[in-house]
Amino acid sequence: MEQLVQQLVNGLLIGLVYSLLAIGLTLIWGVMNVLNFAHGEFLMIGMFMSYWLYALAGVDPLFSIPVNAVALFLLGMFIYRYIISKVMQGPALAQLVVTFGISIFIANFAALIWTPNFRSIEHTLLSGTWDISGIKLSIPKFVTSIGSVVTSCGVFWFLRNTRTGKAILAVEMDREAALIMGINTDRINSLSFGIGSALVGVAGALLATHYYIYPFVGGTFGLTCFCIVALGGFGSIEGAFIAGILVGVVQTLGGYIFNPAYKLAIVFAMYLITVWIRPQGLRGW
Amino acid sequence: MSTITGKRLALGGAVLALLIILPLVVASPFGQHVMILTFMFAMCGVAWNLMGGYAGMFSFGQVAFFGIGAYTSSFLLLTFNISPWFGLVAGGVIASLLAAAIGYPCSNLRGHYFAIASIAFGEIIRIVFNNWQTVGAAEGLTIPMMKESLANFMFHSSKLPYYYIMLAFLLLAVAVCYWVSTSKMGYYLRAIKEGHDIAQVLGVNVVRYRLYAIMISAFLTAMAGTFYAQYILYIDPESVMILAISVQIVLVAMLGGANTVLGPVVGAAILITLSEYSRAWLGYKGTGVDMIAYGTLITIISMYLPNGVWGSIISLTERGK
Repeated sequence: MEQLVQQLVNGLLIGLVYSLLAIGLTLIWGVMNVLNFAHGEFLMIGMFMSYWLYALAGVDPLFSIPVNAVALFLLGMFIYRYIISKVMQGPALAQLVVTFGISIFIANFAALIWTPNFRSIEHTLLSGTWDISGIKLSIPKFVTSIGSVVTSCGVFWFLRNTRTGKAILAVEMDREAALIMGINTDRINSLSFGIGSALVGVAGALLATHYYIYPFVGGTFGLTCFCIVALGGFGSIEGAFIAGILVGVVQTLGGYIFNPAYKLAIVFAMYLITVWIRPQGLRGW
Repeated sequence: MSTITGKRLALGGAVLALLIILPLVVASPFGQHVMILTFMFAMCGVAWNLMGGYAGMFSFGQVAFFGIGAYTSSFLLLTFNISPWFGLVAGGVIASLLAAAIGYPCSNLRGHYFAIASIAFGEIIRIVFNNWQTVGAAEGLTIPMMKESLANFMFHSSKLPYYYIMLAFLLLAVAVCYWVSTSKMGYYLRAIKEGHDIAQVLGVNVVRYRLYAIMISAFLTAMAGTFYAQYILYIDPESVMILAISVQIVLVAMLGGANTVLGPVVGAAILITLSEYSRAWLGYKGTGVDMIAYGTLITIISMYLPNGVWGSIISLTERGK
């Protein structure tokens, strides 16, 4: 029983990180109907930036959060401006495939310049575990989840309460209508791509406190995120948040009950079953 | 009209004759290997086209069918000593049945949702095979050495028989695709792609024709899988069930021109040749430079040639008329 609660807690902790990653992805998907297959690779870049800031300048991963956010925001805008926007007028298939190309490029380029080795940050401000009546709570994992929730809430607030945020939501609802209302949709596209990538940057810094860092780390995270986003429903921020937690918990519990080797398969099966019953996802329309 | 078909037939015959003579001219084993792989991916691309190009179902999970084809024939041969030729058919049937089983619940999925569902399906199959002891789990299966003969589907002294068998398979796939595209089904599929709901309202049985397309596609892809197993003589989940193969199949179709019968063949000729030679030249150090080049190539193709080489040629000639 205690073990089960422990797994539940672990699932919740990783699920909240998934939520943050998925919110970034769903923002891009919702606003411009582009599936960014390079999302996981952006995460990898974020993790490596934190790693190098730590290894070369001694900056704790927690303090590299703002640096990561800004750098990935710019990277996202850059990739939108020079690659994605060029493909958006083309056939749907090209839009799907182009980000695959970007992800293969980034992952292998990283492997070339940084070698495919596994790295980790040894001594951070956060270490150790709390023991709450038998349930072990790793402090870096806990802080990562709290950081993810705070960032997710920040995105909610931004979208609901600022002019730019409202403009993003408007474009997401109806691109033509937003254009008629005088919203610069191209600028909103570029901003959303930037913000979506910046969120991954934040997640990357948080994960760098305890996760292994290697060039192909993005692959599994990326695939999981697609399922979460589709599970949550087309462009739905709330959907992505809920689905992220759900996937984290189901994956961890499923891996514990059946076999850890099937963790990812369980997530995919859950996605297939959900879209079978509700083809538009949990919160889609 | 009849003269145009006559011309086309003559042109097709000439290309075919060229393809039959080609391996006799290109005698290097590596050159022949590249041509065999080209035909194999061309076949998978043609099969993908039935789903993706015509019906608009962008599948990124074709590798599941490929892998099942490879595993079925190899497993039957290893365990029950059943001829790979029978395994070829059995693999195709199993892949089609599985395609129907997964395609039916997915029959309402469109666009990105379908693409993600297909990735999920392919990954589930890979993970299951990676942990399934009966089929060798992560160690895979080694096809036993047998006497070289057509009946055994195994040749050691020369790659030529493999070349001609694969060419025959490819011709079969092209014939099936041509037949589908000119039959009623082809029009139904295109109608589904243009407007799912409208096609349904006009009386097209969308679920049924989508299923037909998926099943035919799965059968052909599984055939290519069996061929791969008999050609390489060793399979494991990492070589016949990874997402990268699915992506390669999509790229072959897109580069050549989705929605045209011969597009994937042209696409495979360009992409497989490029990637095999770049791997031979750049990849030997294991630094992944060939993969960087490959990623760049994909990005550039989607940006500047989204309708594919063959697709662009066809639309140019049609404009000229």
